Amino acid sequence: MSMLSFEKKYRVRGGTLVGGDLFDFWVGPFYVGFFGVLTIFFSLLGTALLIWGAALGPTWNIWQINIEPPDLSYGLGLAPMREGGIWQLTTICAIGAFGSWALRQAEISRKLGMGYHIPIAFSVAIFAYIALVVIRPILLGAWGHGFPYGILSHLDWVSNVGYQYLHFHYNPAHMLAVTFFFTTTLALSLHGALILSVTNPKKGEPVKTPEYEDTFFRDTIGYSIGALGIHRLGLFLALNAGFWSAVCIIISGPFWTRGWPEWWNWWLDLPIWS
Amino acid sequence: MRHDNFRKTTLSLTVLAAAAALAACENPANMEAEQLGWRGVGMEQVSNRRSEEALREANQMPEITPPVTPGGPRAGDLYENVQVLGDLTITEFNRLMTAVTAWVSPDEGCNYCHVPGDFASEDIYTKVVSRRMFEMTKTINEDWHAHVGDTGVTCYTCHQGKPVPEYLWFEERGGPAQAGGMAASRAGQNLAGAQVGLSSLPNDPFTPFLLGDEEIRVIPTTVLPEGSNPRNIMDTEWTYGLMMHMSDGLGVNCTFCHNSRSFFSWDGSPPQRVTAWHGIRMTRELNVAYLDPLQPVYPDSQLGPHGDAPKANCATCHQGVHKPLYGANMLQHYPELMAVSRTGRDDDMRAEVRDDGAGPAIDTAAEEALEAARQAIDAMDEAAEMAEEDYADEEDGDGI
Repeated sequence: MSMLSFEKKYRVRGGTLVGGDLFDFWVGPFYVGFFGVLTIFFSLLGTALLIWGAALGPTWNIWQINIEPPDLSYGLGLAPMREGGIWQLTTICAIGAFGSWALRQAEISRKLGMGYHIPIAFSVAIFAYIALVVIRPILLGAWGHGFPYGILSHLDWVSNVGYQYLHFHYNPAHMLAVTFFFTTTLALSLHGALILSVTNPKKGEPVKTPEYEDTFFRDTIGYSIGALGIHRLGLFLALNAGFWSAVCIIISGPFWTRGWPEWWNWWLDLPIWS
Repeated sequence: MRHDNFRKTTLSLTVLAAAAALAACENPANMEAEQLGWRGVGMEQVSNRRSEEALREANQMPEITPPVTPGGPRAGDLYENVQVLGDLTITEFNRLMTAVTAWVSPDEGCNYCHVPGDFASEDIYTKVVSRRMFEMTKTINEDWHAHVGDTGVTCYTCHQGKPVPEYLWFEERGGPAQAGGMAASRAGQNLAGAQVGLSSLPNDPFTPFLLGDEEIRVIPTTVLPEGSNPRNIMDTEWTYGLMMHMSDGLGVNCTFCHNSRSFFSWDGSPPQRVTAWHGIRMTRELNVAYLDPLQPVYPDSQLGPHGDAPKANCATCHQGVHKPLYGANMLQHYPELMAVSRTGRDDDMRAEVRDDGAGPAIDTAAEEALEAARQAIDAMDEAAEMAEEDYADEEDGDGI
């Protein structure tokens, strides 16, 4: 396979975190590395476990396959395979695979001499997952608080857990997370539309430069964050969306057992007016 | 340098905000969870051990009055003006009076209801009310087995040592009037309603649902909108207001009675939902037949801001616990409460009101409304029985 022009920068020795030169090679266009091997191992094992779990279950309907966590009675112990053990091992495999992938991103960043922005960003997504299946279950004292692995079943979990706090829209961290998610999509849609418009000028005219982009937004909203700045803003918004999502579920249960509307009592009780 | 200061300020502000947010929360070391359904679907109750302990302590059955030996003359034959407790023997009668004093007016004593030296007198309104309350207790225990089971209720269930039960409701009109006409009522918009879990849902869901018999169910039964369901999102908010109250009043969350993947479906709901269904009908009957009609009897100080009588909702008995007094069977120790006669029923009380001149007589329109409500409740009872049978059938039929 022929190399792309910029790949010469990338296909250099070194930069590995673990394993030295042992796994420092490429398969086709893909860098392997120690963490690539680990990723493959965990994802294959995890997928096999999920298929085994589905085979034990009542259906092969892709929507209804459900790999459930153990009963709460198992606490933080191990459950038999058929009663949540598969979920526990799958969870270990998932964290192993996601974590290895992030570390593989770090190795590639080192080879390229870049900053670690990509593995850090991906880690926030991993943190959100770990918040759901590790941090919150440990705080509440049972693996059974994790969400089930199934397309429909995990939605049932989301719905029921939300209704455990009566009105989840009053959860302050959920408010922040939702706001960041919507703002992310707003920023992305504005940015995507801008890029498409400057790269699709009238027939015969050249592609427009960033000066045109800046001028458009200065004229419409009085300010342009700039070609580099929009990506910083996008990262900030997206990571905050993931981060506050994780916070909003960690605080539901471990730090608050009642309805979320009631939490806002501190506002009603402020000495200014109460 | 200025940059450093900015960083320091931001950092200390962040730390302060985080500390304030945490201070408003509970301590994770005290959390406890109970699984209510199939594993992994989030059917659970999470509670705080410490607040649970406090609640348990506050909801204890009081000491049982020593029972009396049966036999002896009837109270009705011996005392004057004994209308609903006449069938009790004299010893039973006195035992019940002692117990009720301890349950309802421990500080005020007998004179809370009785004129000293003239126990037969009706001059204190509380006596008229308490007579009606005896009848109501009998109605709950005898007619509403579907809700109260064998546990039943006593005066203590609601009163818990207070002359006026702690949790009652009065008509509310959703905050101060904002404008004229249709826009006058905010229906609780942007107000933290104490009766609806401090959410800003319509904050008096009781008038339509626990006094009136507005339809609580709003979810359509067809997949696509076919125009057969006239309910809209505003109706839903009223229903949610009631449900918030139920959760708050019982100290449970929505999943105690519902699997939220399908709120309306009976076959996915925990059995507690059937009990709650009867509870709503029971509370409605108590308000319509007993509590609301007492309005003319009360002095103004006991009435609500709009002049209505104090009425019952779920919290009145439950007091934040899913089973009042944690399911302690107090009634079995007081068979006297089941010997109350309701012979006069509704008319009796009204006659008294008229004789006393304590208030205007209740007009016939109210009586008709009452009868209509009764019939509606009967019809719904039948529907519930059918629903329950369906539920049982499906349970037997295709267990997964």
